[in-house]
Amino acid sequence: MSEKKPSVGTYTMVFVALLILAALTTGIAYINLGELNTVVALAIAALKMCLVGLFFMHLWYSRGLIRIVVLAGFFWLALMVSFVLADVFSRSWIKLPSP
Amino acid sequence: MSESAAGSPLAGPSGHSVSAALHHQFEDIEQQRDAGNFGMWVFLATEMLFFGGVFTGYIMYRSLYYSGFAAGSHGLEVDLGAAMTFVLLASSFTMAMAVHAARAGKRVMLVGLLSSTIILGIAFLAMKFTEYFHKWHEQLVPGLNFHPAVESLRGAPEHTVELFMCFYFFMTGLHALHMIIGIGLLSVMAILAWRGKISREHYNRVEVSGLYWHFVDIIWIYLFPLLYLIGGRYK
Repeated sequence: MSEKKPSVGTYTMVFVALLILAALTTGIAYINLGELNTVVALAIAALKMCLVGLFFMHLWYSRGLIRIVVLAGFFWLALMVSFVLADVFSRSWIKLPSP
Repeated sequence: MSESAAGSPLAGPSGHSVSAALHHQFEDIEQQRDAGNFGMWVFLATEMLFFGGVFTGYIMYRSLYYSGFAAGSHGLEVDLGAAMTFVLLASSFTMAMAVHAARAGKRVMLVGLLSSTIILGIAFLAMKFTEYFHKWHEQLVPGLNFHPAVESLRGAPEHTVELFMCFYFFMTGLHALHMIIGIGLLSVMAILAWRGKISREHYNRVEVSGLYWHFVDIIWIYLFPLLYLIGGRYK
């Protein structure tokens, strides 16, 4: 069960990629892309999260059980966010009689 | 398992460091490591929801009071935030290298890398508290000292900017608390490593501490754009 682990070279490349992405997201924030600014910032954050998770936290090399735990975490998070937003933004759809 | 001597699995000559490090409920050191990692990942999944609650609140209120959140975001120092991001990414790198050194059984290198991670973590907190100090001077601390200059509101209602600053302090504060716990954890690991308690076979404690540290890094990876960047920095 002794699984493969990344080498020093892999760690270094991931680190350099993370630094570049951090610089990139900071730079892009100063360019007006309208709505896209938020999308790009969050996409870069997600990419950085994947790099840290897959390589620094060894998810790339992990067993299925660990990956299921991570997916379960995201699943419950998605439930929480989507249900809360569904509630908040659908409230105005139904007009309640004023008291 | 059945071939090992019957009777108490606890007793018996612990000749190798492996059997000394192996707790009696596990069959072998690999299974013990797996269980340790699994436990930490389950904890991190609960942490995702713990932080997730604040993130959900942030998303909701940001959509409701966008102008206040944009004005509040403009009041934060992007240079400082970016510097903190670089420092924290570097600390994650030294942490990953520390686990690598622990696996290879390199004691001195492990202590060095753990210490570097701790120092980078402290540098991050120093910058964070510098920013808190600036916010106090700009009178942007909700509840205690909130009298922002009119131009810093950028036309947004004052209480919506205050709401943003509530999220700012709560999210970064919760993150800073995790950093402080992580620094404590890594200090214990550094002492254990220095005393030779971490071996090639038994380095799981360093490994799970690393998982925690990287998780805290990932939280900041999201906090940085959410708080500092996406309030319309351009123009």
